Amino acid sequence: MLSAQNFGESGKMKEYHYAGPTEHRFSPYAFNGGTVLAVAGEDFAIVASDTRLSEGYSIHSRDSPKCYKLTDTTVLGCSGFHGDCLTLTKIIDARLKMYKHSNNKTMTSGAIAAMLSTILYSRRFFPYYVYNIIGGLDEQGKGAVYSFDPVGSYQRDTYKAGGSASAMLQPLLDNQIGFKNMEGVEHVPLTKDKAVQLVKDVFVSAAERDVYTGDALRICIVTKEGIEEQNIPLRKD
Amino acid sequence: MALSNVLDSPAAGFNFDNAARNAAFEGLFEGGQTPKPLKTGTTIAGVVFKDGVVLGADTRATSSEVVADKMCAKIHYISPNIYCCGAGTAADTEKTTDLLSSNLTVFSLNSGRNPRVVMAVNILQDMLYRYHGQIGANLILGGVDCTGNHLYTVGPYGSVNKVPYLAMGSGDLAALGILEDGFQHDLELEKAKKLVRDAVHSGIMNDLGSGNNIDICVITAEGVDYIRPFQESEFKDRREIKYKYRQGTTPVLTKKITPLKMEVVQETTQKMETV
Repeated sequence: MLSAQNFGESGKMKEYHYAGPTEHRFSPYAFNGGTVLAVAGEDFAIVASDTRLSEGYSIHSRDSPKCYKLTDTTVLGCSGFHGDCLTLTKIIDARLKMYKHSNNKTMTSGAIAAMLSTILYSRRFFPYYVYNIIGGLDEQGKGAVYSFDPVGSYQRDTYKAGGSASAMLQPLLDNQIGFKNMEGVEHVPLTKDKAVQLVKDVFVSAAERDVYTGDALRICIVTKEGIEEQNIPLRKD
Repeated sequence: MALSNVLDSPAAGFNFDNAARNAAFEGLFEGGQTPKPLKTGTTIAGVVFKDGVVLGADTRATSSEVVADKMCAKIHYISPNIYCCGAGTAADTEKTTDLLSSNLTVFSLNSGRNPRVVMAVNILQDMLYRYHGQIGANLILGGVDCTGNHLYTVGPYGSVNKVPYLAMGSGDLAALGILEDGFQHDLELEKAKKLVRDAVHSGIMNDLGSGNNIDICVITAEGVDYIRPFQESEFKDRREIKYKYRQGTTPVLTKKITPLKMEVVQETTQKMETV
């Protein structure tokens, strides 16, 4: 049957010959969507994620938040392949317990970040398909955000967006929190309420234009009093 | 005047000029990937009811996973009694329906009649089959003519189906569930509109490629009621803070004004005819 596949580079008909057995590989990864965001303030940190779990053009769940509480001062946001997110958080929980039992103290945010980096790199040649962002308070009580790539490279940031709508959110955060590309603007330090409003607005915008982001927004606010959670509905279509 | 002069007789046989050109292009682009065309990722539905045909569509156009257009029109005018919903590649559905509409307008001017739906279907089928699937247009044609109320679907390879109810696009399975459950022959107008609206709504909620508002088009022997939007999306993008930038926020680094020197080369006067 004639079809465009029969045409090669020069536009002439390709020679038809038996190319050998074709192999259909099983892909061990799937992309389940989702966006994560973390902002660090003077004495607080915010980790926010949408709650939609999707695959292809379908929705698996409208209520699957991507923020995982690790300790009283640290929250982990992970998006990407949901299977790897679940396994990774199980492993981190186990390691946290082991540390607590050996050292008689809870892991600090910086220590968790360093540990996560080694866990991810140990799978350098069959990576966890997860985009991680840790938000929490450091030993001095200041807000800290650590952002990772799938194989464990990390750095400490003031704010970071990850996941499917990250390319849409990051420039907006650069402008509103980092005051980039603006002149003559007073650099007011970010308050907790302003940060929460900004995070809500930024996710509303992401849900408008990214098909994988939506349904609801889960915000975890980490302060020295503890972790406060908020749920805000987003568009469901 | 012979009708065969009105419509261009297409060249005989299959037409693969563009496919050969595309294959040649593949080597020129980085990574061997030609630019991806905008697909609508849609839910469209149609139902034949007692007095005519109801067509419905969502209004989201996606470019892979980014929403490119939140209010795009997917119900296209073909003739005063025929409308067409298009799913698939946006450019293909637009141009194919435009071409069809022009051809049928010339036909009606020549013959003094409204075109029949089956004419539109045959022209579409001919053209899509000739391009053998290269034109990615999944169309639902609905219309009312002297022989009755008709609803057809034309696929990209040129397949045609005549059906009483139908859904196409990435959200078709979600919409079809509602249609299968609620369809009956000879529905009343309001029930038919509600059924199509529910079907498209199901596609919008359950399919990531469909969303935003719902357009409805009701075609009867009396005329056409094109309701856009029939239902606005219940999700409003309300933001908490006003994001306004003071003048001077974007700095002007240098300013250079070059005046354009104009000289009169030629002067002509043309008298206007005034009564």
